[in-house]
Amino acid sequence: MTRRSRNWPLWVGFATALLAAFSYVPFFVKFPVTRDFPWANLVLFLAAGCLLAIGLYRAFAQPERYRGKISGVIFGVLSLAVFGLFCFGVFWLARNIPRAETAPRVGQRAPEFTLTGLDGNSVTLSQLRQGNRFVVLIFYRGYW
Amino acid sequence: MRSFERRLAEFRARDTEIVGISVDSGEESRKLCQSQGYTFTFLSDPRAETIRAYGVLHEHGGERGQDIARPAEFLVDREGTVRWVNLTESILARLRPDMILRAMDGLDAEPRSR
Repeated sequence: MTRRSRNWPLWVGFATALLAAFSYVPFFVKFPVTRDFPWANLVLFLAAGCLLAIGLYRAFAQPERYRGKISGVIFGVLSLAVFGLFCFGVFWLARNIPRAETAPRVGQRAPEFTLTGLDGNSVTLSQLRQGNRFVVLIFYRGYW
Repeated sequence: MRSFERRLAEFRARDTEIVGISVDSGEESRKLCQSQGYTFTFLSDPRAETIRAYGVLHEHGGERGQDIARPAEFLVDREGTVRWVNLTESILARLRPDMILRAMDGLDAEPRSR
């Protein structure tokens, strides 16, 4: 019986799929070009898919030479699941925010407010406007 | 917001105040400023009243189901008029300082209507 060699594209493909999913938040969100649309991660997923396809092809078309019929299927399914979760997070969860239809539009008056600053002091929009040409109000989700 | 901190001098040069508003308490915002080195103004809206007034409430959007703000930016001029608005469709696609600086410089070129 001939020794069958390890089917490396399966392992590398699965590793690439994991890298594609878990590199977005710690790394690619730091750069506006790769954050607004996660094309870098999608390219990595595409590479992972190609590697897995090559590995699976070798495992099933040349079973006498390559291993990986079982591991290949497991890696393939897991990679698809990881890809699905990634798409769910980026294309659904991140976009699942209200549309803000009642927000003041350009030309309308900005609602006056009185809020508290870091040291508990009251700050109004009128105060902020005084002495400034513009005020940029950045509403953010917060860190709770 | 890190990118706004980095470009703060350009906003200051245009006599523009940057203000971050969220439901976080002053204590939480102070910790955020200390850890991230933010020096611009942070305001607390714990009951989300101003957030609601600006139509940017995300009901039960917080991790524990609390009401929070959806990301949104408004450029308000000296007279209190909204001059530019950015309402993102994804919490991942954030406003870049460039976009608002460009918008401000465009507005400056226009004659002011009084």
